[in-house]
Amino acid sequence: MTIVQFYRWGPVIAGLLLLFLIGLALQYATTSGVISPFVVPPPADILQSIPKLFIKEGLIGYFFVTVGITLSATLISIVIGLPIGWVLFRSPDFGKAYESWLGAIFSAPIILLYPLFLVVLGRGVTTIIVMSVVVGITPIILSTYTGLKGVPPVYLRVARSFNMASRDIFWKVYAPAAIPAIFTGVRLALIYVMINAVAMEFLISIGGLGYLVGDLYDRYNLPEMYAAVIFVVVASIIFFTIIDRTEKWLRRR
Amino acid sequence: MAETAMKMREERRPHLDRITVIRIATVFVVWAIYETAAQSGLFFEGVVPSSVLVVRALFATLADPGFYPHLFRTAQEVVSGFVLGVFGGIAIGIIFGSSLFIARMLNPWVYFISPAPKIIFLPIIFLVFGVGIGSKIAMAGFSAFFPVVIATYAAMREIPGIYIRVGNAFNASWWQMVTKVYIPSLVAPVITSLRLALGVAIIGTLLAEIKLSNLGLGHLIIQHYNFLRIPQMYAVLLLTFAIAVSANGFMGWLANRVEHDRK
Repeated sequence: MTIVQFYRWGPVIAGLLLLFLIGLALQYATTSGVISPFVVPPPADILQSIPKLFIKEGLIGYFFVTVGITLSATLISIVIGLPIGWVLFRSPDFGKAYESWLGAIFSAPIILLYPLFLVVLGRGVTTIIVMSVVVGITPIILSTYTGLKGVPPVYLRVARSFNMASRDIFWKVYAPAAIPAIFTGVRLALIYVMINAVAMEFLISIGGLGYLVGDLYDRYNLPEMYAAVIFVVVASIIFFTIIDRTEKWLRRR
Repeated sequence: MAETAMKMREERRPHLDRITVIRIATVFVVWAIYETAAQSGLFFEGVVPSSVLVVRALFATLADPGFYPHLFRTAQEVVSGFVLGVFGGIAIGIIFGSSLFIARMLNPWVYFISPAPKIIFLPIIFLVFGVGIGSKIAMAGFSAFFPVVIATYAAMREIPGIYIRVGNAFNASWWQMVTKVYIPSLVAPVITSLRLALGVAIIGTLLAEIKLSNLGLGHLIIQHYNFLRIPQMYAVLLLTFAIAVSANGFMGWLANRVEHDRK
């Protein structure tokens, strides 16, 4: 092993070793009674419960419910948000009036309003989707608006001098020039929608992965609950990696 | 010069006014739509209460001495959790920044856990810290930790190498390096991250309270919900939302000021 290889892989190996040691220590602490197994179940039990989570609890089904909610809410946000961004761009007074408001909404803790959605819409998957759309739509509108505003005027002048029809200007000038910014908005929307959807599922006990974790907690099935939490973290890592890769791939083109 | 400035101002003036008009009109239209919905009876009794009822409930809530223990408890949880999370984040960020080995060993874990929905850890936090104030502080701290550790570590990597070499040339101890070299370069980026950290700390605390608690604004909201005291619920939601938004605004103002002072 060369020095370079050591610096590259040494920390990674050390990290995994540390994880293993923590697991071992927890195993000892929980089986010997230093830590109550009703707080942290022995790691071996957590590992053993993973197959049960898939077979008995139908983890994959819940996973796809969450994925479905996330994707449909993001799609609805795009379908509604893109035209709104376009309208704000075309009527600059409205754009200026609403831009800072949209920024404020974007950074506001919308999830705290969930009881409001609950009383108005009832307790169901629709409520989760509607609320996720409220969360996901602002980054789409904002990124569409700022993306269109960022299109250099010279592009427009060139298009005009070629006597392009306004429909062609839209599809051949604005759309391609604004797309990178819009993708940033879509990425943000996906992330916010996913986090929001899981949180809602957990809070109102309905839907996918968030519901599963809450349900396992209510049933006090600790090993499976811990395994499910780990699964959610792994799933979100995969989710974010896919988004990152897709964005990089799209940017290269 | 002055003339053009005057001209520009004149041109801008009516423009600005139009924007203000649009904003006022929007608020009015939204309010009118809401009020129509409330009066129309389209919604199941009382789930969309008239704004008059909500405002009345708002004043009643503020006048009620029973409201303040809830507010105080939430503030206590948010502030304690925020402080713990921020100091933890700065400390770990500095450790990552000063040791490449530790950073490469542990940063992937931070990097991977940070974007995951934090609420999923709430059951574990309930198990470890109980259902009282401890779990809310832990949730706030856990949420606030990640933006700060990421910002601190990123800022540590941005410190010009020459500062560190000068420090080493003067034989500075590790603690001297931290206080004299690292921390002064970290102030601005870390303060920027505090805004996000406070935001997620507030959300974490309130969600934990909503799920399981016996005191705090989240508890109050869910109690109103359970007993269908809808106008009161709207009032507390409005107050909570206003507090969260002003906390966010304050942090943004603070970050701007620090940024401004440095220039």
